[in-house]
Amino acid sequence: MNPWIPCPAEVIEKRREALRVYTLRLRIRDEAARRAFRFRPGQFNMLYVFGVGEVPISIVSDPDESGFLDHTIRVVGKVSEALVGLNKGDAVGIRGPYGSGWPLEEARGMDVVIVTGGLGCAPVVSVINYVVHRRDRYGRLKIFHGVKTPKDLLYRARFRAWQRHPDTEVYLTVDHPDRQWKYKVGVVTNLFREVRIDARKSMAMMCGPEIMMRNTARDLLAQGLPADRIHLSLERNMKCAIGFCGHCQFGPRFICKDGPVLRYDRIRDWFGIGEA
Amino acid sequence: MPILDRNSLDALFDVLKRRGFNLVGPTVHDGAIVYDALASTADLPVGWTDEQEGGRYRLKKRDDEALFGYVVGPQSWKKFLFRPAVRLWQARRDGDGLRMIPENEAPPKWAFIGVRSCELHAIAVQDKVFIGGPAPDPSYRAQREDLFVIAVNCGQAGGTCFCVSMNTGPKATAGYDLVLTEILEPAQTPDGAGRHYFVAEAGTERGAEVLRGVPQTEATGAEKAAAERIVEMTAAQMGRTLDTTDIKNLLYRNFEHPRWDEVATRCLTCANCTMVCPTCFCSTVEDVADLAGEHAERWRKWDSCFTMDFSFVHGGTVRSSVKSRYRQWMTHKLATWIDQFGTSGCVGCGRCITWCPVGIDITEEARVIRETGK
Repeated sequence: MNPWIPCPAEVIEKRREALRVYTLRLRIRDEAARRAFRFRPGQFNMLYVFGVGEVPISIVSDPDESGFLDHTIRVVGKVSEALVGLNKGDAVGIRGPYGSGWPLEEARGMDVVIVTGGLGCAPVVSVINYVVHRRDRYGRLKIFHGVKTPKDLLYRARFRAWQRHPDTEVYLTVDHPDRQWKYKVGVVTNLFREVRIDARKSMAMMCGPEIMMRNTARDLLAQGLPADRIHLSLERNMKCAIGFCGHCQFGPRFICKDGPVLRYDRIRDWFGIGEA
Repeated sequence: MPILDRNSLDALFDVLKRRGFNLVGPTVHDGAIVYDALASTADLPVGWTDEQEGGRYRLKKRDDEALFGYVVGPQSWKKFLFRPAVRLWQARRDGDGLRMIPENEAPPKWAFIGVRSCELHAIAVQDKVFIGGPAPDPSYRAQREDLFVIAVNCGQAGGTCFCVSMNTGPKATAGYDLVLTEILEPAQTPDGAGRHYFVAEAGTERGAEVLRGVPQTEATGAEKAAAERIVEMTAAQMGRTLDTTDIKNLLYRNFEHPRWDEVATRCLTCANCTMVCPTCFCSTVEDVADLAGEHAERWRKWDSCFTMDFSFVHGGTVRSSVKSRYRQWMTHKLATWIDQFGTSGCVGCGRCITWCPVGIDITEEARVIRETGK
């Protein structure tokens, strides 16, 4: 098996999520490879656009739905631009799945606390959907989401839909509200002043700007949540996803192999340092 | 233990050539000793030596005809195993789909001539990176597969050498098929030449087999002792030392230290140290396509953690300051590498010191942090 070679796939559906954000539903062409593909929420694929390049994109579809893989892509560069320019029937290459997943087995029976910020929260969409579709396995689902302005709130409809599920709480906040904004104002960590989490039986998972995750970890610890029940998904430059290229190093860890989901107690010494 | 004379060494080259090996080893080119194809022992840097210091490298004539009378040059063997640029695959448009075309590399059957102990350790380090994991790198593996290694015990140390500190030399202890110690005896008469011979030892069955095909005599006790003495003398000549006591935790504790700011005022982020380092393995990929959009290729090329692009994530570069990039390199080499691969990433070859245009010295940086840090 040559780990460098992408597996040919095709776009079978393209959905617009927000401005310059699309979800591509992909199907691996080879049936045996398609059936053999197994992943856990939180893992990612390297998606290749013919002649353009390859980027890491997290898988947001449900691991039990077979036959296709969903990837939500925000345009941030040349390859993501080319990816969202693809249409139904177009070819892509897939290598994966790579990396660690969210601790969904360890979280069984616990409350699941999701904290996200900024624009790129695709990695937690997978875990929210996973919990929503397996409601009996988990306690309460608490989603905290912060963005700069109301127009940065990408998945408004989705948040509304999640909120209607039983035992699910959604807390939205913006730094700069407009007149129509009817939720909270301020950084996401302000929410923890009002909303308590049950530190005895919660598992926290977060994704977003590192400064937000640092402050969130601090506040969750202050509420008594042990550091080994805080998980976060990190993003780094990545060329190979298989531990060869060296780009994704974060202290002794390779984000491609040891991450992207990391347990806070294992990285806290590095996480506080700028430019690590 | 066999003794080979100067002519037997050519016989050894011939045996390897007959067995289909491509011989590569040290040769003089553009004022430096580099690794390239060897037709015979005449291509070796006969009678040359080198002088090395921080930011300085000069070739000098010796007053004898030594074949291996120098230390390591700017290149390492990684240029053959982890090549500077390698095509990973090609792709063609196939109707609506893609057709992937893997590279089918015929193993080149390299015979490396004159590999030093530090370099054997460097190859072992890169083996861990590229073929030690669950998904080996096919290109590295193809180059590595049939590799035949003739090691040479160093007869002298360079000004920037510190293999003794890193426990990686100067005597080759593993990872070779054959090891030679070159011995040049002083002339008995003022105008005569001294005896010139090599004490040989096989490290593998394959090496022993090759050795049997070469004219030889059996070493006397005095000759064996001479070979031992040479590596002992080399060990005593190290140009540099590095105290590795608890070095991982030392650097972990001192991730914040004023010395990183100080070294940043000198470092040019030119990436020379990473290019000459025999263990640095970072790479990037480049995608190319033809104008018709029918054919595409992906190449892997050496990259360096000293560039701004290296840690770029949309929105910015994670390690934008010079300080953070030097710190990343040195902390990786001496500390995080140990967590990643169970070994130091430094083999004490001294190349990064010699080839740094401003002579930044990893042993000096580590010493200052040890003396002034937490």
